[in-house]
Amino acid sequence: MSLTLLLVQTLNGLQFGVLLFLIAAGLTLVFGVMDFINLAHGVQYMLGAYLAVMFYALTGSFVLALILALAAALAFGLLLEFTVFRHLYDRDHLEQVIATFGIIIFLNQGVKTVWGAAPLNLPIPDALAGVVQIMPGLTYPVWRLVIIASGLVVALILYVLVSRTRVGMLVRAGATHARIVSALGVDIRRLFMIVFGFGTMLAAFAGVMIAPILSVEPGMGDSVLILAFVVIVIGGIGSMRGAFIAALLIGLVDTLGRSFMIDILRLVMPPSPARTVGPALASMLIYVLMALVLYFRPAGLFPAKGRS
Amino acid sequence: MTSLAAAKSAPRAVRFNAAVVLMFAVLALVPLAAAFGPESYVLGLVTRVMVFAIAALAVDLLCGFGGLVTFGHAAFVGLGAYTVAIAGAHGVTDMTITLPLALAVSAAFAYVTGTICLRTSGVYFIMITLAFGQMAYFIAGSLAPYGGDDGITLPARSTLFGFAVFGSDRALYYATLGFLLASYLLCRAVVYSRFGRVFRGARENSTRMATIGFDVFRFQRVGYVIAGCLGGLAGFLLANATEFVSPAYMSWQRSGELIIMVLFGGLGTLHGAIVGAASYLLLEEGLAGLTENWKLVFGPMLVLIVLFARGGLVGLAASIKARFSRE
Repeated sequence: MSLTLLLVQTLNGLQFGVLLFLIAAGLTLVFGVMDFINLAHGVQYMLGAYLAVMFYALTGSFVLALILALAAALAFGLLLEFTVFRHLYDRDHLEQVIATFGIIIFLNQGVKTVWGAAPLNLPIPDALAGVVQIMPGLTYPVWRLVIIASGLVVALILYVLVSRTRVGMLVRAGATHARIVSALGVDIRRLFMIVFGFGTMLAAFAGVMIAPILSVEPGMGDSVLILAFVVIVIGGIGSMRGAFIAALLIGLVDTLGRSFMIDILRLVMPPSPARTVGPALASMLIYVLMALVLYFRPAGLFPAKGRS
Repeated sequence: MTSLAAAKSAPRAVRFNAAVVLMFAVLALVPLAAAFGPESYVLGLVTRVMVFAIAALAVDLLCGFGGLVTFGHAAFVGLGAYTVAIAGAHGVTDMTITLPLALAVSAAFAYVTGTICLRTSGVYFIMITLAFGQMAYFIAGSLAPYGGDDGITLPARSTLFGFAVFGSDRALYYATLGFLLASYLLCRAVVYSRFGRVFRGARENSTRMATIGFDVFRFQRVGYVIAGCLGGLAGFLLANATEFVSPAYMSWQRSGELIIMVLFGGLGTLHGAIVGAASYLLLEEGLAGLTENWKLVFGPMLVLIVLFARGGLVGLAASIKARFSRE
């Protein structure tokens, strides 16, 4: 349990947390503003990764692939909004869960049919493919730092958008008092569409950025989706600040837990049971954290004000 | 006065009707028909349907009548199944021990997690039940002596006083049918009872129930324990039917499927849960037999059902019946 390992794993945890934030941000916006549980948010992340792989094969440029993938993901997201989701906003949560679960099943099979079941790869852009020396004896891949930086930039942009612009003001108002906002003459449908499209793009962006270090495969969105839900529930539904803090918390707790749980358990029990219990406890850690948070603060860490 | 109130508060769909009797009659006759076809395949499939119908009944009891949307009910199925498997690995296969044990383990898990989960409501309840479901899933995956992630094969099906009563597929089929009928009648009795009225009232308005003087939390916890036991029973039967147990039984997708089954059939009707489990699993089986890409059809189908068939299949049948009787 050396210092360098701790540092590397902390950076990995940050990178994972930032990724979760990109996904959870869209989810908490859609959930908070529209009161819509969108399970299909995870497949939009997967779709972003697949589209990037496809456009990279066509253009040979990562930047072009990123832009085209985001545009295509946005178009697809809006198509889904227009054909299906729009009709679900005033239904109850259960019906939304079922319909969006149907879309997960469809799209997971869809990408398998179009691109095959085998995992695909997206190369890291040449300029950012190397490693950087952080301190003597500690090198770290540049691309992971790029992910962390881009996530922080997105978080900053979101902060400015939500707290400083007119649309942001409407989004904040919509999260707590959607009916009143609508009664004041705001076209709430258009606002919903903007928020939804934006959330879709953020999820796709996360998919494109992570594609070079993960394998792109069908179903890659499912586990991330559940984690993103854990994040927004811990953070408090509808709260962007809560999503950011909870995402970093979950990313760090999960990554550090997986690396050091066995060592920590060794302090209190013999090595052999520690090796058995450790991995299980590490996988459970974030769920234990969520249960604890909800037990003491049933509406999350940063409940959006005015929401009951 | 009280009898009038009881009659009025009974949900219309839960009354005994010809359709429910017919449903159980058909299930009782399936083995006779199956003898003319691929018998073990048909019996295995319909046994599976009935096992999941029991679990779906439990979910319907919570979601449909208590307004408690549980997203971790597969954990109880897994607990019941693992109790049988672990007892079997230690040489205990008699159901006079394993069945009460499976029920007790599920009940204990339901009591402890229910105490925590029921502090929250709405979406937060969905997520915290998911959290406990995931914890159970990861614990099962870490049970290295019992197969870990790969699962474990049962040494034998459960016996009763040493007799191999589940020896033939047909015997297991009828036993499962008996358990399903008993579960259905139990749920009906629960929903109709004074307890059930409080439980349902808490869904409509828990503040009002509390104001009248009921400790809503304790009623909901009892409901949660009953549903947990039914899940454990389904797990006990599932382990016997497949003779194999793995953590996959507890995955969140399984919990999601249970909710889908209930919605498929019609929420808050009880027999809808059975219809839903049957139609979901048979549709899955049928489509999978037709094409490798059956999910491309199945996914949009779920969307269409939500958009156009509110109230599930039972609701659809009722509205068709209403239309005919009007003409």
